[in-house]
Parts: sequence; C-alpha cells; structure tokens
Amino acid sequence: MYGTRLRALSIATLVTLTGGFALAAFYAPEDADQGFMQKILYLHVPLAIAALCGFIFAGICAIQHLRTNEFRWDLRSYVAIHVSLIFGAAVLITGSIWARASWGHWWVWDEPTLVSFLIVFLLYATYQPLRFSIEDRDKQSRYASVFAITAGAFVPLNFLAVRLAQSYTHPRVFATANGGLEPHMKVAFYVCLLGMALLYVTLWKYEMAAKNTRMQLKALRRRLGGDIVAPPRRSAQPTMESA
Amino acid sequence: MGEAPAIELDGLVRRYGERTALDRVSVSVPAGATLVVFGPNGAGKSTLLRVLATLLRPQGGSAHVLGKALPGEAWKVRGHVGLLGHDPLLHRDLTARENLRFHARLHGVAFARIDELLEQVGLALRGDEPVRELSRGMVQRVAACRAVLHEPEVLLLDEPTANLDPAAADALEPLVGRASGRTRVVTSHDPARGLAEADVVLGLRGGRAELSGDGVSESAVRELYR
Amino acid sequence: MRRAVSAVLRRDLRIETRTPQVVPGMALFSISAFVVFHFALQARSVSGNLAAGVLWVTLLLAAVLGIARQFVADREEGGFEGFLLAPVDRTALLVAKVASLFLFLVALELVAVPAFLIMLLGPSPVEFWRLLLALLLADAGIAFVGTLVGALAVQSRARDLLVPLLVLPLLVPLLIGAVKISAPVFGAPVAAARWPWVLALYDLVFGLVAYAVFDFLLED
Repeated sequence: MYGTRLRALSIATLVTLTGGFALAAFYAPEDADQGFMQKILYLHVPLAIAALCGFIFAGICAIQHLRTNEFRWDLRSYVAIHVSLIFGAAVLITGSIWARASWGHWWVWDEPTLVSFLIVFLLYATYQPLRFSIEDRDKQSRYASVFAITAGAFVPLNFLAVRLAQSYTHPRVFATANGGLEPHMKVAFYVCLLGMALLYVTLWKYEMAAKNTRMQLKALRRRLGGDIVAPPRRSAQPTMESA
Repeated sequence: MGEAPAIELDGLVRRYGERTALDRVSVSVPAGATLVVFGPNGAGKSTLLRVLATLLRPQGGSAHVLGKALPGEAWKVRGHVGLLGHDPLLHRDLTARENLRFHARLHGVAFARIDELLEQVGLALRGDEPVRELSRGMVQRVAACRAVLHEPEVLLLDEPTANLDPAAADALEPLVGRASGRTRVVTSHDPARGLAEADVVLGLRGGRAELSGDGVSESAVRELYR
Repeated sequence: MRRAVSAVLRRDLRIETRTPQVVPGMALFSISAFVVFHFALQARSVSGNLAAGVLWVTLLLAAVLGIARQFVADREEGGFEGFLLAPVDRTALLVAKVASLFLFLVALELVAVPAFLIMLLGPSPVEFWRLLLALLLADAGIAFVGTLVGALAVQSRARDLLVPLLVLPLLVPLLIGAVKISAPVFGAPVAAARWPWVLALYDLVFGLVAYAVFDFLLED
C-alpha cells in the first residue's frame, strides 16, 4: 500500500531538490555579510521545518493510535519520528557547519532554531530507548504514543521559549527568509522547502513500505513454517500481533 | 432457570505480547456458585482472574460479570468484585488499619466495618502495627479483609491459601470461603479439595479450556498437569 | 473523585512522613550540590544571572530524584492495583500524584532556598516576591511534567536512566522562564514582563496533556 506511487514520488523529490539547490547556488544572490556559506541555510532551514512538521505529524498519529488502538497508527508515528530524527541530525550538522563558516565556532548559542533543535533532538532521542525498555508490546505502543503526544506538544513551547530567551544578540539571520528577502532568495528557498518536504514524505513511505513488507513476510513464514520460526527478540519496533 | 449467571465468558481472548494467555475460553457461573480453575503454571489462571477483576481488558470474545459487559462497563463492575491473590496489595510501612482505611476511602465504606473484619480474623489487637511486622499468615488475613471490605458479590481468589499453615487458612474461611455465600472463582492445584468445593470446573492448559462444566473427574484434572 | 484524591494523597503523605525518603533525599542533594558548585565555580559567592542559574539547576536536578521515586512505591507495594480495583475516576490518581509532588517540591525549597541564600548568594536578595512567583509557577510545571514522566518510566526496565533523560529537555522552557523571572532577585536586570505568562502557558499545556493522556498509562 505504501509502495504505490513511490517511484513517481522519488523522481519528483529528486527533481525538486536538485532544482532547489541549483537555484540556491546560482540564482539566488550571495549574502553581503556571509558570502557563499550562507547558502547552507537553504539546506538547514528546510530540513528543520520538515523535521518539526514530522514530529508534530508523529504526535497526531499517536493521538489516533490511542483513540483507535490500531497498530498502523503506531507504526506511522514510529516511522515519522525515525525520519525526523535523521533530518534532525542533519539540521544539527548543517547548522554547525554554518556556524563555523559564519562565526568561526562549531557551535553557537545565538541561533534559536539550532538551539531549540538540539533540545528537541535530545528529547526524541529517548523515544527508542523508552520503547525498547518496555517489554509488553501493547504497553510499549501505548506508552510510546503518550510520549509522542507529550513531545509534540513540547516542540512549539520549546521554540517559543528559546526564541524569546535569545532576543538580546543577533537579529535572526534567517528570519529574513519570510520577510525582507529578495524575490530570488524567496524562490530558491521555497523550492528547497518543497524539495525537503517531498524528501521527508518519500523517506517515510519507503520506510513504511519496507517495514510492512518485512512483517508480512514474517507472518507468512510463521504460517508456513509452524513454530519453527525463532521466538521474537525484544525490540523497540512496533510489530503486528500474530493473527 | 431464573437468574442470569454471575459470570459469563464466551470465547474470551487475552494476549500477552506475542503469546496468547487466554485462547477462546468459555464458561458460565451461576450466582452464588463456586468456579474452581485448575491448570499448570502459565496456563492462564491468574490472567483469567485479572480479566474478571477488570485489571486487564478482554481482547476478543465476550465477558460479562453480574450482567455487565467488559471492558465497556468495567467501571460498573469494579465495586462488586473482590480480588485476593499472592500480592496482598498492602503497603508494608503502614499499619493494617491505615491500609484498610485507604481502601475503605476508595470504596466509600464506613470505617466501622474495618474493625468488624479485623475482629473476625482475630487481628483486632494488631491492627495498629506496620504490616511488615506481621507474619505471612496475618498479612494474608488482612488482605482478605481488604478483599471483602466493600462486600463484593463476586470473589476472585488466586491461590489465597498458598504458603499458609492450616490455622491461617481456616481463618480465611468465613470471609472468602463457601460459607460467605458469594459467587467465587478460585484457582487451585489440589484436585481432591478443589473438586470438593466446586460447583463448576474449568481446566486450563496453555490458555485453552481443556475441561469445563460440572461432573469432572479427579483423574481428568490430574491429566491437565501431565 | 475528591474522596479518591484525598485517599491517595493522604496515603502518600503518610508513607512519606512515616519513612521519610524523598524529601530528605532531595534536600540533602541540594545542599551537596551547592558545595559542589562552590568548588566547581571557584567562587565565594554568586550573583545576578549566575546565581539564578545555580539555584534553578540545583532545584531541577533535585526534583528529578523525587520524580523517579514517585510511582515506585505504588508499583512495588500494590498501590496501583488497589487503586485500579476501586470504582473511582482514574484521573484522581493523576491529581493526587501531582499534588504530592508539588508539596514535596515546596518542602524541598523550604530547605534549599534558605541554604542557597546563606551559602552562595553574594548580594542581599531584593524583590523577593519574584522568586516566590517563579517557584510557584515552576513547581506546578515540574509537578505536571514530572508526574507524567514518572508514570511513563515506572513501567520500563531502565527507569532510573529514563527519568532524567526525558525530564531535562522537557523542563528547559520552564527553566528559562524561572531564571528570567527570578534573576532580578539576585541583582540581575529585570527581564520582560511576558515571562510569567510564558511559564503559565507551559503549565497549562502540560497540565492539559497530562490530563488527556494519563488514563492511557493506567489501563491495561
């Protein structure tokens, strides 16, 4: 079910992203202060926005899971957090590179997005250990959903608080993204944003398809092979219950 | 056939992770009768009792206690069942009276009943000592008081006299034994004694009901454990 | 509902007064932490933002100790099941636990704040009400978040690792607010007036989230 339209989606993602990067590199003008390295923000900020939306989406899936108690919502939430974490790591890395290029340090506290992201990343990094440490499957899924909802509610609060706290130093370097940006920059930015959104959806679908297929395979094996299949190990991943 | 059965299970299913702890179990227990559940360890006896106590939700089939459906009407059932198992559900640093008062408050029962019950089990004088200073038999007696504090119509007894000497076991009789007149579900490992007090029998193995009904022979019960 | 809340709360308070563990533990920890700070910062006294930071970090870490212990007794001594068997609204457990954690935090602060003023604070405190406001708002937030995380972690095998890892990031916005509000007491310039509102918002959001999801942590 998740495999349909995957190829078309992947191509669309590739095209949009390449287009976006090309626009960012050549079409958009260079920033007066920071030069070429500022362009990494065309990568950094869309990644951040996609990751954050992913975390909120995971929270919504978790709400659905608690309401309907259907396993597929739990899987959607799990995969969404997984992909968002990967994006989050990329956010931190690109942010660090940009900080080094702009200010000479590998980490700065002045960019609220980056700092908020670190906190959010630290929080969601506990998702998998939390799942792994609860053995009963039903409980594991339920508690994971509670976590995803709590963390999802936390994300906007965190950004608000950190943004307010940092208002003393730099004017937000990339707040200009949505106001006061030159039209060329805007175009490049929005294309990159779209590309990242597509990348997120593509990766999410890929992982959902892969997991679903693996589970169906396991279920088939179990039905064919009787009880010869090895007993399942403790794992953090949501699994279907045997029918 | 007047009254509806006190407990009615039809194809009850309960899983624990990947294992099926209760596999389509069906049994019917008339009001005031005693159901004895036999089965080796891990057969699902405790799980069955916990489902009836509304601590676990059924995941398949249907379950009715006192005419109310689980899990939908579980909250209506709660005040009418009493559970007594291995875990006395008492905090060791509090006294017997303090523990019982906690449960009395939760169930809306007057404190006078606590003294009545402690008197019945012969612990009225030791009611103000911390539970950790009582012997196992005494703790179980206090736990029995806790289980019947709110005068439940259904009693769920999970090997209540395990590890108790005969005197202590006898002390529990008036509260949770046949004499109490309530509908009871009792797990047992002793075929002879269990059958003697059973009106209905259920034999579980691996979550499945291999024996059920009345008129079950002792040898059939022993077969379960082989 | 009120009967159930009062039953659980009285029991928890009685257990704590009978065999005090949580509050003395938190209080002792905070005093040890001040000693550690003295040596780590190599400062005879602190003031301004640094002072607010030292106090709040200490309070937060002490709170983590209390949070970890909250549900352990219930799980091990059958408190959960006793409660679950009763015909009461299960949210009562949440309310009672939030209330008891709040009270434990207040008890902690009755020791930790004077200790801090004596041991580490340089200038005399001014406009003390700011600190009280910060403590009130923060205690509520820590109580909500802490109870939620405590309930989450009690079922896991890695309980003592998970609680700090979950709680600290979640409490960062609260920490920011608390420091901003209380720093003027120790000599720092006054921060924007919006911070008490931010903290109140935080409390509201997490109070609502806790209320909404708590039942799911109890059912089986």
